[in-house]
Amino acid sequence: MQREKFIERVLLLLALSSIGSLALITIFIFLEGFPLILSVGLKDFIFSSHWAPTKGHFGILAMIISSILVTIGAMVIGVPLGLSCAIVLAEFSPKRLKMVLKPTLELLAGIPSVVYGFLGVVWLVPLIRNYLGGPGLSLLAASIILGIMILPTIISISIDALTAVPDLYRDGSLALGATRWQTVSRVVLPAASSGIITAIILGMGRAIGETMAVIMVAGNALKIPTSVLDPVRTLTSNIALELGYAAGRHREALFATGIVLFIIIMILNLSATLVTRRR
Amino acid sequence: MSNSTYALTKSQGFGLAKTSEPPRPVAALLLFLLGALCIICGCSSASEPVSRPLCLAGSTSVQPFAEKLAEIYMHRHPGARVDVQGGGSSAGIYAATHGAADLGASSRELLGEEKKLVEIPIAYDGIAVIVHPSNPLTNISLADIRKIFSGQETNWQALGLPSHPIDLITREEGSGTREAFEHLVMAKGEITPAALVQDSNGSVREIVAGDPHSIGYISAGLVDHRVKGLAIDGVLPTRDNIKNHTYKLVRRFLLVARAAPTGSCQAFVDFVLGPDGQKILETEGLVGVK
Repeated sequence: MQREKFIERVLLLLALSSIGSLALITIFIFLEGFPLILSVGLKDFIFSSHWAPTKGHFGILAMIISSILVTIGAMVIGVPLGLSCAIVLAEFSPKRLKMVLKPTLELLAGIPSVVYGFLGVVWLVPLIRNYLGGPGLSLLAASIILGIMILPTIISISIDALTAVPDLYRDGSLALGATRWQTVSRVVLPAASSGIITAIILGMGRAIGETMAVIMVAGNALKIPTSVLDPVRTLTSNIALELGYAAGRHREALFATGIVLFIIIMILNLSATLVTRRR
Repeated sequence: MSNSTYALTKSQGFGLAKTSEPPRPVAALLLFLLGALCIICGCSSASEPVSRPLCLAGSTSVQPFAEKLAEIYMHRHPGARVDVQGGGSSAGIYAATHGAADLGASSRELLGEEKKLVEIPIAYDGIAVIVHPSNPLTNISLADIRKIFSGQETNWQALGLPSHPIDLITREEGSGTREAFEHLVMAKGEITPAALVQDSNGSVREIVAGDPHSIGYISAGLVDHRVKGLAIDGVLPTRDNIKNHTYKLVRRFLLVARAAPTGSCQAFVDFVLGPDGQKILETEGLVGVK
């Protein structure tokens, strides 16, 4: 009995320590970054796109817009692909095919992001440069790479949501004379919708937080993009690109960028939790 | 999926509860061995202070040269250890200021507060303006570079080449190479925000090597056959031209330290500034200070 209690305590302590590190990270980011937002003013920080931190300009509007655009682009590519993949695997494919395909798709998640970035630079970027124009390093390239990178997240969570729908629903629908596609599109998908929305939101979180691959293919220019072939810089790339050389207020500004990113990702995760709870 | 994870943790938990208790004597022995190991280590490190590795951190422009120097230095002085890390000029200066590194490497001049540090110039480096080898351009004027990088000229037509937008590549804010380039070329102007930004000499070179319409700038010592260094106002970025300062885009590479270096640190600095070290820097493409 004594042992039982002891082990419980140890596990509790370990669980608390992970929450503790989250708290420490939060406190640290805010302590480092908040003074700058205060001194620059929230309006000039978020609604100006003039970023020249060594000359005293700290506007991150272009990066916020770029982050949002890259994420939308990744969704446009990743969601239809991922969702159709999940539907095929969960509803239409024989068990043995599923047993091979699902682990293979999950392997995608294990590929380091720098490898995606490298493939993007040597293969995708020249394609875009030669056939579509522009420098190749672009919003489009980042969206495509990210769209592929979020596939495992979207597929595996969507499959779980689809298989959680009781067979009773399918049988009922088929018994009423619906075809298999009608059953999937009118019965199973609506029943699994909250799980699928969670999958999409978590995919968004992955896309907006991805750094390495984006730095390599997005071109990192500071302008607000006017075409999908324009280079863009996201919030994460800004931090990773400049932290190495940053000092003083420049460093604070990067932490402040981190605060904005932190808040965006918190909102995404919270909404994912809310959607799941509504179920 | 969640079901299977749960089952897994549960079974692991039971396994742990059943078999985790190690026989007490073994645990005691382990503790004893650990203690003994600590004592032995403590003794050896106390009696041989020389073996503490020297830590050099900073500029990614200096890093490849510093690594070469460290490698040869360690080869000649068995027992000495020099760890070279990147991180960037500011990070190097910061590390040296706070004692996290014995020496900081900087490819930019010290600013404000930083001037309290001891600075040791080790070499001169040219900044080469590079284009794709297929680009017919061989010479460019400083004024044209300024116009291109400030965003006033965005088409190769302005330089008499077939019309095509210029793909402009620069380094990130805070980079020593960028700072030197801004100081030497841009005067008071800013580099246009439309320029692509890459975070190392290597990736700027990689992009220029792949894009026939691009222009960028990198450390002259790192120009290779895949890119073409342009002559500026008729002067090529060759070693002789950098040494006699006829080439205009030249900066200093510095080592910085909190106080005048002593002991193993001084030995390394002496090696770098000595004829051997300077010769290594020269063969690697830099221009020595001596």
